[in-house]
Amino acid sequence: MREGTMDALLVVEDIHKRYGKEEVLKGVSFQLRKGETKVIIGPSGTGKSTLLRCINRLTEPDRGRVWLEGVEVTSRKVDINRIRAQIGFVFQDFNLFTHLTALGNVRLGPMRVLGMRKEEATKLAQEELARVGLADKADAFPAQLSGGQQQRVSIARALAMNPKLILFDEPTSALDPELIGEVLEVMIQLAKDGMTMIVVTHEMGFARSVADEIIFMEKGVIVEQGPPAQLFSAPKHPRTAEFLSKITELYGGTEE
Amino acid sequence: MEFFLKLGQVGHHLPMLMRASLVNLELLGALLVIGFLIGTLVALLQVYGGRVLSTVAFVYEWIFRSIPALVLLFLFYYGPSHFGIDVQAFLAASLALGFRSSAYQSQIFRGAIQAIPSGQMVAARALGMSRLSAIRHVILPQAFRLAIPGWSNEYSSVVKDTTLAYAVTLNEIMRYAKTIMDRQYDLAMATFIVVALVFLVFTYSGNALLGLVERRFRIPGLQMPGATGAIL
Repeated sequence: MREGTMDALLVVEDIHKRYGKEEVLKGVSFQLRKGETKVIIGPSGTGKSTLLRCINRLTEPDRGRVWLEGVEVTSRKVDINRIRAQIGFVFQDFNLFTHLTALGNVRLGPMRVLGMRKEEATKLAQEELARVGLADKADAFPAQLSGGQQQRVSIARALAMNPKLILFDEPTSALDPELIGEVLEVMIQLAKDGMTMIVVTHEMGFARSVADEIIFMEKGVIVEQGPPAQLFSAPKHPRTAEFLSKITELYGGTEE
Repeated sequence: MEFFLKLGQVGHHLPMLMRASLVNLELLGALLVIGFLIGTLVALLQVYGGRVLSTVAFVYEWIFRSIPALVLLFLFYYGPSHFGIDVQAFLAASLALGFRSSAYQSQIFRGAIQAIPSGQMVAARALGMSRLSAIRHVILPQAFRLAIPGWSNEYSSVVKDTTLAYAVTLNEIMRYAKTIMDRQYDLAMATFIVVALVFLVFTYSGNALLGLVERRFRIPGLQMPGATGAIL
């Protein structure tokens, strides 16, 4: 435990990651308090997704450390499966289990990882599906659901593990524009309910209205970070201003 | 006319021919079980085994796919006697043809495993599942479904291979038919027509059964026969 990290749920310190010649992460550090929503923005290929994956070691960082409630995630001695069970992850491509119904997808983790009994896990899964507005789709298979519905199932799957925080990796990037809203709605409600979240996204409307803090990343480093009002109205760094105006032009300022 | 008379004469041998065909079914069962278990293991090692184990698995597959079935049978049946070990014909045939089938089945399963989008393994691991648990609960249930059409093919091939065991003195249908022919050469044609009919029935009923299984486990909304592109 380091000084000044006492009240942080998650501490990320000096993360480095290199793929071959290219260094995608060049020393990224930040902290996350319980109940906080952080949004990470930045151009494609700046290591945002890699950073998320380094937090629960789906990708092993080359250097740097991560703590979750004082437990070092990056320690070689830690049981990484126990850590991952406490960190939800929502993928850009949903990655639902094709052979299972929505219900089956949501209750698999509680049953196989938390050792919950089937009836109990089923009840929990039904509650989580209701929470994302899909109570009536419990018996549908992923191939029978729209992209937006699939992504909501995958959020319910993460929620069912009762995670300490959820990492969202561009959760709406693979969706048709008319399906983005239903997913963002669920995420906004989660943030209001006090869920701790890190969200990589290009949805500036979401970032502006929900984020407690926005991190702007470029070329493997954090260029600037601060509350949305400050970042949007008075960015300190010229690159931040440039990126924000370009992205707002591209994606519009939806979800105001 | 004369031919039908002979068919009638073969009729006397029918009970024994049928009894002998049960040996083929027993051998078939052994081959499919050995082939399925080892084939699945070999496929998993090839995909997830790391450098050393996957190399071992590929070498295994290469060996048992390259050596002719008869050569394998002779190696397994007559080979051990050089070391003073007496191997029963049924065991030798089960191992020789079972290992051979496992090599072919491993190809089918490996293709099926690799057809599953890799994101599903990542998602399972992200939930905190161990790799083994993810394989068991996420990968294999899908891989086996995808493998059914290919496996049907392998079934048809293995069911016919059981007759090769006659070469290592196993008293199965082919060997019995040959005994009839050796005693009464003029019955040869009629006898082997009966044998052929038996295999038509075996192949048809096995494939029909597998077709039922495939429909029973079809995933709603998903195009099944290897149409993995539909998953994305």
